[in-house]
Amino acid sequence: MKGPLKLFPIASRGLSGGAQAELLPQARMSGPIPWVIAIMVMLMVIAVGGGLALRNVAQVATAELAGGITVQVVEARPEVRDAQAQKVAAILRRVPGVSAVAPVPQAEVDALVEPWLGSAIEGGDIPVPAMVDARVAGTLTGARLEAIRALLHNAVPTARVDAQSSWLGPVFGAISSLLWLALVLVLLLGVATAAAVLLATRTALGSNRETIEIIHLLGGTDQQIARIFQRSTAIAAAEGGVAGLAAAVVVIVLIGRRFAGLGSGMANNGALGWSDWLIVALVPIAGLALAMITARWTVLRALERML
Amino acid sequence: MNGPGGGEIVQFDNVGLRYGTDREVLSDISFTLYPGSFYFLTGASGAGKTSLLKLLYLSQRPSRGGIRIFGTDAITMPRERLPVLRRRLGVVFQEFRLVPHLSAFDNVALPLRVAGFAESEIARPVADMLEWVGLGDRLHARPATLSGGEQQRVAIARAVIGRPQLLVADEPTGNVDPEMAVKLLRLFEALNRLGTTVVVATHDVQLLKKVPDNLIMRLDKGRLSDPTGALKYPPRRPGSPT
Repeated sequence: MKGPLKLFPIASRGLSGGAQAELLPQARMSGPIPWVIAIMVMLMVIAVGGGLALRNVAQVATAELAGGITVQVVEARPEVRDAQAQKVAAILRRVPGVSAVAPVPQAEVDALVEPWLGSAIEGGDIPVPAMVDARVAGTLTGARLEAIRALLHNAVPTARVDAQSSWLGPVFGAISSLLWLALVLVLLLGVATAAAVLLATRTALGSNRETIEIIHLLGGTDQQIARIFQRSTAIAAAEGGVAGLAAAVVVIVLIGRRFAGLGSGMANNGALGWSDWLIVALVPIAGLALAMITARWTVLRALERML
Repeated sequence: MNGPGGGEIVQFDNVGLRYGTDREVLSDISFTLYPGSFYFLTGASGAGKTSLLKLLYLSQRPSRGGIRIFGTDAITMPRERLPVLRRRLGVVFQEFRLVPHLSAFDNVALPLRVAGFAESEIARPVADMLEWVGLGDRLHARPATLSGGEQQRVAIARAVIGRPQLLVADEPTGNVDPEMAVKLLRLFEALNRLGTTVVVATHDVQLLKKVPDNLIMRLDKGRLSDPTGALKYPPRRPGSPT
């Protein structure tokens, strides 16, 4: 050795210097925790993606049906029925605030009910009502609907007026329930992820107890030790999060294609937009943050019980 | 009472220690250590030397009595303040307690990293320290690949690299050859001359003989005696004000 030994007066540093020190080489979290996080993130992403798709379906349907009314003219004699339908259309066109009126061609109505009533309707054996669709500008309140009903009833007593949104009320209720279910699922999966990280961190603390004691006795702070575990957890959560997100995206895309193949307008409305994909991408980041916070909290709580 | 270097570094007042419900392993321990002192702690195996050292390096709280270290009450002090005191200590553990998955270099660098020194600051001095203890060619060896004596030297290098104010060593020469034992003792003496208070627990009579006018604290069945009067009448170290 050349020259005198250089020693460091550590005591003069106080506690301020150790915040950025990397005490140990970065250890990876052993065991199944990255896989557990991957599975949890995958399920969370699917739940979030499904929830967003349902929300989109509900929003588009609500927008399409809001303000829409359908008038049925129930009359067995076809020529009278058609005349009354024309009269209904004419009256509706004169109602202030009604922006569009469209009599539904009888062929379309017949095609609509044919699966249930069969070909008998073509011969006129079974009376089929005529239908007129109309759209009211602004909000269709109950009072406005009643006013239109009264107006039409005076002119065409056989006319039945329904708000289109009321038909799909039970569907919206079911969608709303599914949205809540997705939210609860995400929360439960988050709790399960935190529990898994907590158990894994406790195991890691137990197996590294000797090293932790040494770092403590050398003047290491709880924060420094917590940072070591936090980093290990972050790496595991990042690996698991990326894997889980990739698997979930594949699942969402495949399911999306299957629904698109149905050719149903309502199913098509569930497609995810770019903002939806952004929310989906935030799920593993939220999972990462949750895992890190859980690991840090677990370590600090455990260290409080050590001298 | 003032010692050779000023205020007390360590003050034990009627300290007792028991593990669980067993009988006390240390009883009625009272003494004061002053800056710049060099003490040997002797006693037969099981006399309580390691337990006393654990109290000194803040690894254990006593069952009764009072302990002040660096002027701070170590009993009532909140645990958040422990790291500050521990960074003023250097400890050579009897069982070395090296971090098994760190190299010799990283083990010695650990207290400096804990204190936040930059890698550029510590690389050369840590290597020099390991070279000085004869391990210049084993910088990257893991503890499991080192002999007992080599591990002991790494542990000593780790304890002194931070120039502690109080160095506590539990049988620090138990696994090294006599020549290295003398060399390590000279290192402790050099640190002591820089102002470090040194407490070396040993039952190595040969080591005691190598230090003239040594100050001895003796433990016998958990009770402390003062055979040289060093505790009652601490001598002034060379260079201290008269």
